[in-house]
Amino acid sequence: MKKYEAIIGLEVHAQMLTDTKIFCGCSTKFGSEPNTQTCPVCTGMPGVLPVLNRKALEFAIRTGLAMNCKIAPYSRFARKNYFYPDLPKGYQISQYELPICEHGYIEIVVDGEKKRIGITRIHMEEDAGKNIHEGDHSLVDLNRTGVPLMEIVSEPDIRSPKEAVEYMKKLRTILRYIGVCDGNMEQGSLRCDANVSVRPVGQEEFGTKVEVKNINSFKFVERALDYEIKRQIKVLEEGGTLVQETRLWDSGAGVTLSMRTKEEAHDYRYFPEPDLVPVTVDEKWTEDIRATLPELPDAKRERFISEYGLPEYDADLLTSERALADWYEEAVKSGGQPKAVSNWMMGELMRLLNEANASIEDCPVKPAQLAGMLKLIDKGTISGKIAKTVFEEMYKTGKDAETIVNEKGLVQITDENAILKTVDEVLASNPKEVERYKNGEEKLIGFFVGQVMKLTKGKANPKAVNELLRKRLKEQ
Amino acid sequence: MRIDRKQVEHIAKLSRLSITEEEKDIFGTQLSNILDYIEKLNELDTRDVTPTSHVIELTNVLRDDTPRTSLPLEDALGNAPDRTEKFYRVPKIIE
Repeated sequence: MKKYEAIIGLEVHAQMLTDTKIFCGCSTKFGSEPNTQTCPVCTGMPGVLPVLNRKALEFAIRTGLAMNCKIAPYSRFARKNYFYPDLPKGYQISQYELPICEHGYIEIVVDGEKKRIGITRIHMEEDAGKNIHEGDHSLVDLNRTGVPLMEIVSEPDIRSPKEAVEYMKKLRTILRYIGVCDGNMEQGSLRCDANVSVRPVGQEEFGTKVEVKNINSFKFVERALDYEIKRQIKVLEEGGTLVQETRLWDSGAGVTLSMRTKEEAHDYRYFPEPDLVPVTVDEKWTEDIRATLPELPDAKRERFISEYGLPEYDADLLTSERALADWYEEAVKSGGQPKAVSNWMMGELMRLLNEANASIEDCPVKPAQLAGMLKLIDKGTISGKIAKTVFEEMYKTGKDAETIVNEKGLVQITDENAILKTVDEVLASNPKEVERYKNGEEKLIGFFVGQVMKLTKGKANPKAVNELLRKRLKEQ
Repeated sequence: MRIDRKQVEHIAKLSRLSITEEEKDIFGTQLSNILDYIEKLNELDTRDVTPTSHVIELTNVLRDDTPRTSLPLEDALGNAPDRTEKFYRVPKIIE
């Protein structure tokens, strides 16, 4: 069997975080009652005129800058004509030959290797409505009609489903960092279509391209592409030919299905939108917007490595969300040792957040409180083990570590005499084990430590317990 | 320029219109006439004119991102030929 490689390009639709639609003042709020967020403009009544939302335009420019694009000094909108009930005007206002952003790239890391994925273009367009299929009818909700979208089109630089997932993740991270999209795939604020083809390794020209639609989670990006690539290779291996078509990812069945759309359905007859004037963006405007960009994920990641001495793994994880990175830096600023803060965040904190299905924004523990708890460990007031209990309590109650330690009497026992008393107690009540230990079963030390810790409710300093036990056992 | 029956059928299909055989001929002739009429513009020499998509010399007409009141549900659905309580209702659009 020949070796094949996949050529993948992604088209990602990102819903912009504006308060109103792209060409009218209707709200973009998600989850409202059907057909309560429409007006004559977005329902395409005769005689109305669309007016571009300034924020949507600035968000598109902002995104272009964050993805290293050239911002077009002159761009315009176009009509994409097709008839479908979720599109009341009979055309979608989009951009065609003069998009707002072009020629960018973002970087991904796959298996430790850095790779650049080109961004062909980013353009603005309006979303369509939502159809619900019911019996022999379809129901139409036009709330989403006119919600501002960016379509971010990648170059066919992606070579595997894994790279596609990394690309999607990086895209989402950047969009969230710069505050233009919430990246919520379940609610459809980030949607992905893929162009996939395969070719024998070494062949120059691309194979026949298939468009896969409806890929709406990271998991499905990988599964849908995996399936489609295998399907295409199988067709070729069996001597068949591929047809250029659109296929729909059916997540329930785990397959892509041909939509059997005829070629002529793609005759969109684009033409410049006469109802909207062109958009010009000068250097000053671009630079003004650039100045408001936050530190981007890649730069932050590099800084976390150099400034805090974190391993790449930690830096990756902590910079995957801006809020997480901010939380981290706040804790370090409050005096937490950088690696210790990272360990606690990636361990206990993430575990508790995941259990509660919460995000860092809702974390009841404040960064300074984690730093405060780490200080107690450093001072020897509490052991690392007790700290876990303390941290859980902090998460539950929002109280400071010190308060909890005092309230619950969790202060570590470092007083040798106090520990020695318990050590003697344990040895006296386990004469058989002491005998076995003396006969060479040294691993029983763990048993004794365990007993002491149990009696002290985990508060004894483990190091001191160990030392005192060995000392006493030797003396016996 | 001649618009033949095939093109009329294609355009009708894209517009989701069903038309009779007779209409295909009528629309074919009418569309051809319209195109012939527009064709007249080609008599002008436009070699030195930059193509334009807009006759008004205006750019960047923008509005602020401030919500305005939307139509009440009853007004929005008021003209719908078919509806449920909250939705527009159309013939089934997926097989």
